[in-house]
Order: sequence, then C-alpha cells, then structure tokens
Amino acid sequence: MHGRPRKASKPEEEAASDAKATKLRSLQSQFMANHHDKIYTNEAIELSTKLLEINPEAYTAWNYRKLAVEDRLSRIESDQNLVKSILDEELNVVESALRQNFKSYGAWHHRKWVLSKGHSSIGNELRLLDKFQRLDSRNFHAWNYRRFVVELTNRSEQDELQYTDDMISNNFSNYSAWHNRSVLLSSLLARNADGFIPNKKIPEEYDLIHNAIFTDPDDQSGWFYHLWLLDQTVNVETPLLTSSWPSHGSSIILSGPGYLNGSSSNFTTFCSESDSFPLILYFDQAVGGVSSSTVTIDAELKGNEDLVWEPVSNKNSQISCVWVARLKYFSSKPCEYKVKVRLGNSPGIVSSRGCTFSAPYEFVFTAHVHEIVKDSQEGTVSWTDGFDIWDAQSKDLNPLVILDQLNAEMDVKWREAAILEEVKCFRLLSDSKIGKLSLARLLMAYEAMISDAAVKGIHYEEILQLYNDLMALDSSHYQYYKDAHSLVFLHKVTSSTESLSRHLFRYRDVNNLVCLRLNNLSLSRIASVEKLLFIQMLDLSHNELHSTEGLEAMQLLSCLNLSHNRIRSFSALDSLRHLKQLRVLDVSHNHIGKHSVDTTRYLCASPLSNSEWIQDDVGRQKPGMGTKYWDAYFVLRDLNLKQFNIAGNIIAGDDEFNSFVLQVVPTLVWLDGQKLGS
Amino acid sequence: MSDLPPYPPLDPCNYDLIVVGTGVSESVLAAAASSSGSSVLHLDPNPFYGSHFASLSLPDLTSFLHSNSVSPPPPLPPPPSPPGHDLLSVDLVSRSLYSSVEISSFESEILEEHSRRFNVDLCGPRVVFCADESINLMLKSGSNNYVEFKSIDASFVGDSSGELRSVPDSRAAIFKDKSLTLLEKNQLMKFFKLVQQHLAESDDTTLKISEEDMETPFVDFLAKMRLPPKIKSIILYAIAMLDYDQDNIETYRGLLKTKEGLDQLALYIKSMGRFSNALGALIYPIYGQGELPQAFCRRAAVKGSIYVLRMPITAVLLDKASELTLDCCRLETGGYKGVRLASGQEIFSQKLILDPCITVGLESMSSLTDQQKETLQVFVPKAMSSKDKVARAICIIKGSVKTDVSNALIIYPPKSLFPEQLTAIRVLQLGSGLAVCPADMHVLYLSTLCDNDDQGKEALLSAMSTLIGLPVPENLQSDSVVENDTAEAKPTVLWRALYVQELVKGEFGGTISSAPSPDGNLNYNEIVESAVKLYEQLKGREELFKEKTSPENTAEEENDVGEDIED
Repeated sequence: MHGRPRKASKPEEEAASDAKATKLRSLQSQFMANHHDKIYTNEAIELSTKLLEINPEAYTAWNYRKLAVEDRLSRIESDQNLVKSILDEELNVVESALRQNFKSYGAWHHRKWVLSKGHSSIGNELRLLDKFQRLDSRNFHAWNYRRFVVELTNRSEQDELQYTDDMISNNFSNYSAWHNRSVLLSSLLARNADGFIPNKKIPEEYDLIHNAIFTDPDDQSGWFYHLWLLDQTVNVETPLLTSSWPSHGSSIILSGPGYLNGSSSNFTTFCSESDSFPLILYFDQAVGGVSSSTVTIDAELKGNEDLVWEPVSNKNSQISCVWVARLKYFSSKPCEYKVKVRLGNSPGIVSSRGCTFSAPYEFVFTAHVHEIVKDSQEGTVSWTDGFDIWDAQSKDLNPLVILDQLNAEMDVKWREAAILEEVKCFRLLSDSKIGKLSLARLLMAYEAMISDAAVKGIHYEEILQLYNDLMALDSSHYQYYKDAHSLVFLHKVTSSTESLSRHLFRYRDVNNLVCLRLNNLSLSRIASVEKLLFIQMLDLSHNELHSTEGLEAMQLLSCLNLSHNRIRSFSALDSLRHLKQLRVLDVSHNHIGKHSVDTTRYLCASPLSNSEWIQDDVGRQKPGMGTKYWDAYFVLRDLNLKQFNIAGNIIAGDDEFNSFVLQVVPTLVWLDGQKLGS
Repeated sequence: MSDLPPYPPLDPCNYDLIVVGTGVSESVLAAAASSSGSSVLHLDPNPFYGSHFASLSLPDLTSFLHSNSVSPPPPLPPPPSPPGHDLLSVDLVSRSLYSSVEISSFESEILEEHSRRFNVDLCGPRVVFCADESINLMLKSGSNNYVEFKSIDASFVGDSSGELRSVPDSRAAIFKDKSLTLLEKNQLMKFFKLVQQHLAESDDTTLKISEEDMETPFVDFLAKMRLPPKIKSIILYAIAMLDYDQDNIETYRGLLKTKEGLDQLALYIKSMGRFSNALGALIYPIYGQGELPQAFCRRAAVKGSIYVLRMPITAVLLDKASELTLDCCRLETGGYKGVRLASGQEIFSQKLILDPCITVGLESMSSLTDQQKETLQVFVPKAMSSKDKVARAICIIKGSVKTDVSNALIIYPPKSLFPEQLTAIRVLQLGSGLAVCPADMHVLYLSTLCDNDDQGKEALLSAMSTLIGLPVPENLQSDSVVENDTAEAKPTVLWRALYVQELVKGEFGGTISSAPSPDGNLNYNEIVESAVKLYEQLKGREELFKEKTSPENTAEEENDVGEDIED
C-alpha cells in the first residue's frame, strides 16, 4: 500500500473516469433530491447504496442513511428481527464501501454508529478487521476502529498487546502498531495490571525497541516509540514545583520607584511603582487551578488574603507552567516581613493530563522594605559599561526544589539504571543520526536525573558535541539541532552557581540590577528560564534568536537587549507583553518587518480575523494606523517602555512608524537613542 | 526386467527427437521441443517418471539405488540385425551413478505398515527458490498447472553443540532474532541494504558496489564490510548456499567472487518477496521433487510428445562406414540414425538425448571409424574433467529436529561440526504436510560435496549424530532414560539410506547429447541452465517455450504459491 508510484492514466482510463463522473453526478442529484424531501423509501435508500458503492466519501449520503435508519427503526420498534436486518444491511453497505476505499472516514464512522445502536454481532467485527489489517497492516483507520471494537467487546488489553506483538514481528515498520502498544501499556501500567510494573515492563520494552532501531536505524516508527519510552522513564505524571521567586530562604529588598543610593546590598532589589511585588511559581508542566485556595500565604503582610493568581501564557488559556500573583506591601516605612508560601495542602492544582499536585511543599523568604533616597534619573541604559562583578547571595541559585520532590514522587533507582543502560546501548549506534540524537537526548535526561554533585554536569560537553556533529551531518534539520544545542548550552550555563555567575553582573547605574549577559553565544532559543526568575536585566544581543518565547516567566525583567538577532516580526516578541516591569527594550538590528506575521506561530494572516483586534477599542478608533502596524500594536500597547531601540529594522526609520510608536507607548522617553521632546 | 510384458510396436517410428530418461533436464527438453512443434519420443527404462530426480516409496528407492550401484549384468544378446541391414548397431551399457549404498531399517514393522505413504527424493536435499529460473520456466511452459508448492517454514544454522539458530534472512527475521547482538543486527541489515541498493535499478553509481570490489573474493568483500565471522558464515553458507570453505585458501576450490556472491544474494532477496503467500525464499513441491520432471513430461505429452516407460534402449544405430560409397549425398557417413529398443524395435530420429547413466562399452568403441567415434563423442571418457561426488543421506525419523517446525532447512557451514569439515552440509527436514511421509514422521535429507565416499559419509554421519538419536538397543533403554530427560529429546531414526552419487555433467554432442545427473546444489538452477543451453545448441539459438503466451496458462494458477506474480 505504500511506496507505489503513481502512473499517468491512459486515454481509455480517462474516458472511463469521465463516464463514471457523469453517472456519479446524476446519482448525486437524484440522491440530493431524495434527501431534501426526506424520502426514505426502499428505492431511495437503494439509490444511496449505489452512490456510496461508487463514492464512499459522500458524507451526506452516510448522514442520509443514518436518518433513514432512524426513520425505519421508529416504525418497527418491537420486531427484533427486523431491527437486526436493517442494521445488518447498513453493515453490508459499509463493508462494500470499505472494499472500494478502506480509508474512507465516513464509512468507518458509519460502522461505529451502527454498532453503537446496539447491534450484537460484534464478533464479526474483529474478523473483518483482521482482513483489513492483513491487507494493510498500517491502516490507522482500522487500528482506530479496532480500539473502538475492543472497548465494546471487553477484549482484554493483554490480548490486544499480544496482537501488537504479532503485527510488529511481521513488520516492525508500523507506526499504528507501536502507537497502539503505547496506548495499551499506558493503561495497563496506570492501573497496575498483573505483571505490569513500570520498573520491569519499561526495560523490557526498551529491549524490544532496540531490536527495531538497531535492525533499521532509518525506520522512524521505532524512534517515536523510543521517545515515548524515554518520556515514561523520565517524567512523572504528577506536576511538581520547579522554582519560585522569591526562592526559599532568600531575602529581597523592596522599594518604591526611584534610586537607592549606593546600595551595596547583595540582595535582589525590587523597585515597585504600585506597592506590590510579584510572586512567581514555576511548575514542570502546565497546570491549572492555582488560586488563593490552593496556595496559601502566611505573611506578616496584610491585605493578601485573596491573592489573584494569573497564568503567564501566550495562549489565552487557564493552564500554564508559570503563575504569578502580586503581593501588596506598605512602603511607608522601612521594615521587614517574613513570608511563608504553602501549596499542595489542598487539591486543586491539576496538570493538563489530569494529575493533581499532591506533595505538600512550602517555602519561606524575607522582604525588607527600604526607603528611596533619590529621585530616579532618566538616563539611558548603556549595555557596554557600568557592570560590576556579581557578588550577591547565592540563595537565588539554590539547587532547585524539584529534586527532593522527585525523590519523593518516584523510584529514581530503576529510572536512572534504565537511562544508563540506554546510554550504553546507543553509544554503539553513535555512527548514525538517530544514534547520535538518541544519545544526546538520553544524556540530557540523565543529567536531569542525577543528584550527585560530583558527576552532575559532566555530560554537557559531549551533548553539545553531538549536536554539533548532527548539524554538520544532517543539514536539512539544522535548525532543530541548533535549537537543541542552545537548550543544552543554557542548561549547562545554569547548572551550577559557578558557571552561571560567570555571566552575572550588577548594573551600577540602576539600583545594582542583577544582570545576566548571554551575548554573542549564537543562541537560537531561550531555555532554563525557571532558573533565571531573579534576573532583572538580560543581555541577549548578538545571538540567533527568532523569538522571545520563554521570557514571559521572567517577571522581574526591566531591561532587555535583543539587538542583533533574527527576530522577523513583532508577533515573535509576543511573550514580552507579560513583562510588566519592562522599561528598556532594545530590538535594534533585527529583521522586524521582513514578515509581518510570524507564520510559524499564527495561522491568521490578517488582523481582520483576529478576534482581539475586533474587541480592541483603541485599535478600531485608529484603523489606518493599526492596519499597517497591527502586530506591533498588540505587543507595544501592553508595555510601559521608557527606552526603546528599534533602529536597524526594516519596519523602522520612517516618521510614520515613529509617530505610531509614540502614540502607542506614551511613557516613552528615549527612542533609538534620542531623548524625546528635545 | 526380463519379464516385461511385450510391447506393441511403436508407431510412428520416426521422430525429430528421442529422449531417454525422464530427469529434469530431459523432461524440460522434451517439453520445449514438443512445444516448438518437434515430434518427440520420450522413453524411460524405469517404471516411473523422474529417473534420478524421482520421488519413490521406500522399497522402490531401495531397489533403484541397489540396481544402479552395481554394474548390471551384461545385456542380453540383442536380437540379430535384420539381414541386409545397412546400419551399424553399437550396444549400450549402463554405468552406475551411485556407490557405497548403505540402507538400514530400524523399525521395519512401522515402515511396512506405511510403506506406500512415502515419497522420498533420490536427489535430496533439494528445494526451489521462489525466484529460481526453474519457476520461470514452469510458468512459461504452463507445467506449473501440474504442481503445487508449499513453503519451507524456516532455515537454521547449526554447529556441533546441536543448537539450531534461525537464519536472519529478512528485516523481520533480523528484528525477531534472539541470538544476534544489537550491533550484529545493525551490521547485517546494513549489509542487506547495501546489496539491495546495488541491485536496485538506478544509475546512481555511488550506490553501487565498485567494479574493483566485484572482482575480489566475496569472503574478502564481506570482511571489508567489517562483518563479524558469525554473520559472514550465515551469508556465505545459509543465504548464498556455498559449498566450499571460503576461508581456506589451501582448498581454493569454489572460491566465489563478489559478483557471483551478489548474484546468489539477489536470488535469495528476490525470492523472499516474489509470492505473497510464500513465507520465505524457499518452496517445495507437494508429493516430492519427482513432481517437477513429471510436470514437464505432462506438458510435453499435451504438446504431442509420446511417452513409453519401462522401455530401455539397447543400442544406437549409426550409418555404416563405407569408403566404397563415393556418392555425394552420403556425406553424413557414420552419422546417428536411431536407437534399438529393448523390445527389438528400431526407431529413428534426427537427434538423441540420453540419460547420464547410458554409455557405450569401451570394447565396442574400439572397432569404430573416426567419424563414428565423432558421432558418439559424448560417450568417450573425458580426461576426467571432474571427479566430484556428492554424499547423500535419507533418514526417516520420528519427531522433529526442532520443536514446532516441520519443514526446515539446516546448514552446517564448513568446520562447524568438526575441524576437518571442508564443505557445508545441508539438511532438509520435510513433514507430512508435503505428503512425503506419514503424520508423525519426518523425512530428513542430508548432502555434502566430497572427494571420496568415506569423507562424504563421515561428514553426513557427524551431522546426523548431532541432530538425531540413533536407535537404542532395547536392553539399554531403561538406563539411558535419566540422561535423556535433561536434554531435549532428539528424534529417533526409523530408516536410513546413505549413498554417494557421482556428478556427471550434461554434454552437447551434435546429434547425440547427454543430460546431466543431479548436481550437488540445493536448487535446479545449474541443471535448468544447462538444459536451456543444450536446447539452444540443438535448435540453434531458439528460445525455450517461446510461443507460450496463451493467457489461460500464464500466471493465475492454482499452484499454491503462484497466485500473485508481480513484476
């Protein structure tokens, strides 16, 4: 069924297909007339049978038949034999349609519908399926339908697992069979069926998939199953708290807007204009249900009983990895508060897979409220000097809480052993692409798992080299490997206090902001943000970034340098909308304007199809301006920038754009290095 | 044979071609010649079809081997030539193809009871590859209508430990294999892919194996591909089906070039996928190999060829050499004219093809003229071009050599059983599903090439002893029960035949040609190839079964395996 070349049709074939089309058209119009007039006579039904025999893709005809069946059943309710014969006839029609095209969605769906009417001859269904699956063992329609029938017949999952065994040993190049296997195993493992213990079953599955991958490293069906197994080994279903800001045991300094004179404090200083500061929770997977009832704050701060937690996510959904709430404080006089945050005591935080955050966890931090000494100065932020060596508390870089929770949640021993075994195995295959890629992934997984400080971090150089090799070896997937390389690099940088502090500085000119400088590293994506929540100033200039995705979690960020990257549109900056503290943004020397829409992330090409646009009053009031720069508008309207640098982009430079920016960002003081109004 | 019923005289007594013997080669030629419109008389001295390729009951097999292994008594004095006969009659003798025939029966009663339910091959072990030329020829000639095939379920490689490991001959088999390491699986599949790429019809020379490599010994090429010895051995002996030890430079016999090795692999690979209802590369005809020559004979009969069994020929008839005749139209002086049948009747033909067993006594050659000797050149003993032999064995066993497998091929590569083992030993087990034996038994065929009888038999006995238990005398049986319980019970042998067969090549001799004996190979390719060549020589470049294209005979056949012939 696969890999058969298409042949050009001969004239006589074309003539035949023309004749068929004519016949089909006349059938179709007669049928539509019947359908329209709700005629369910035997002749009319027979007509739809004929139509479906020729064209099983005629959805309307299938729907018509459903109506016809309902109609007939309503009239002969009592007679079981008649009911059976009506349903039997439907099954026959479906079968002959499937003979014509066994990938017809409509036909398979109709069959499901008939069976759900309570037709009893379900035993036949498996026989029919065997026939279709022999014809094409990879037909996913048949596999889908198989799952449906199995559920109806209560056939055991073990039997079905055996069936996938048989199919795979006939031909292991079968995505559907491997997929079904993962579905069945997930269910068997989840309900702890007899003999299905993860620490025994998962290694057995690794052995099976090795045979496929080693026999034919180019066959991709095996890769996916291996990825699934790796996922089963590494990840736990229950969501865990990865990090927070402020972090456990840390101290922070809070102050109003302005300048703290020569503060040599090595604490993170947070200047607020609204007498509040953010509390950030970062989970290992997207969760919902973070609220004042699931997260409790024991604080000497008053007025925070009904905190509003908001998901920080580019999609307007109510689940996210990052949640933020704003804690209020009184800035009137210097003082000190202790804050204790507890979560997991009551259920409610639930992952998208439906697993509840269950391990109770708490952390404590101290907030010092300082007074402002001087008024703030409106100088420009220079990215070239004014940096001091970072000397602050290492609490911000505390080993993250996740490992303790992991130990509590899962039996790490067998998982670590399984990953090590995989690493050993794939080292043998490291001359092939999939071998290198798998090895890189496995070593990453291993790094994430080990807690022994002595060996932690030693694999990063090897992983980076593997991705370098892959980039050279397989240029058609260069960007994928490049992104993975950036991710690994950032993991490496953030893996220890020592390595991270090499990139950390204090920015003397503005309240000794904590500045992370990751410039000139050819990064193509952002990662490890969960370890960087305390960063207030970030230099990502001279990289190869396409998007700012991930930065939305860095709620403390007030200065961001993205100059000399590869950002092509404002929509690629979308995540910045969440950064309420952002005052200084440099996106100069990118490619903004090259594509008005980042087509990798948005399907809609026009603002007219964007519901946000239609709801936005400002946008509608200024249609001329908005239509041209609508994507810039969506990003900039949420930002309170004082300093904005966009020179060196295609979009920038003309007066029209500049006046647009001034209109949308009224807080702006500096644009492209020029003080406004001077 | 003297009490043969008298035959009515044959009519007509003039043919284009007389074929004596119904072996595969002779039958293909008879079918091809009759299909192209020649008149053919096909004779066989035996009461059955197939000659040395026949499948027989145990008693028939026994008597055939015995009667063809000792020099037969001198033929009866031929009936005197009619007076005034202007033809010279040269008496024919038969020579024995078999030696060291050793037949023993251990359970006579059981065998007696089923004696007629065996169809045992004389030329075993032998199978057909799905992509074999013999299959093509059957489809082309229409003789596939008379044979049904079934798959050989599995093939194994064995060694002296008695363990049988399945041959990983396909992607699925490599995937399932339990004995290869992951890396070996990877290397083997990589090699198969390389071969497939090489065989694929593509102009991309980067995917092809270089010309230079093609001329190197295959075993060196495999080493260059860094295949470990275990895999090399599987490829050489269990897939390419080689006989001689490729690692032993001293014997240097049968050393295969990469080009030839790839051809062998290509045959195997093409066979794997040819018929959708065949499990693997190998198939076997139901009722035994004897069905194959018989199918061609039937085809020949349909096309008008005349068949007479139980009819030996006693002499060939030549033109008398007469120097006196100066007549220009008698140029073919000393040429072949016909044969004399055992019935005494003389039959004439243009051409004659003879069973490899038939020859002329040396003493009768001495009195002939040069021209007559020229006519009879196929009988002149050659300077012993090859004195190769093949040792064969047949065992009827109770049980199977491998649990759950009935029809299987087993290969013992050179040196796998004992250090001096020079050639591969092939073993074929067949079960009742192929209608060759009763239900609870199997027929086991073994063969290996050898230089002398003792060497060959020793090798076969060694293979037998690792596969099957020899019958235990009754008084010892109770003692041995304890040890037998621990090991997997080996099947027991009920009947056994051991014999060594001479390998005789077929030969074209102008008017009189001889057909080859069964060869030492697993399939018929060389035999069919030589038949095709002989036919071309006889007919002058004419293609076999050329006109055979009538649609009802093409491929939609009832034959079990032939349902779906692609390409």
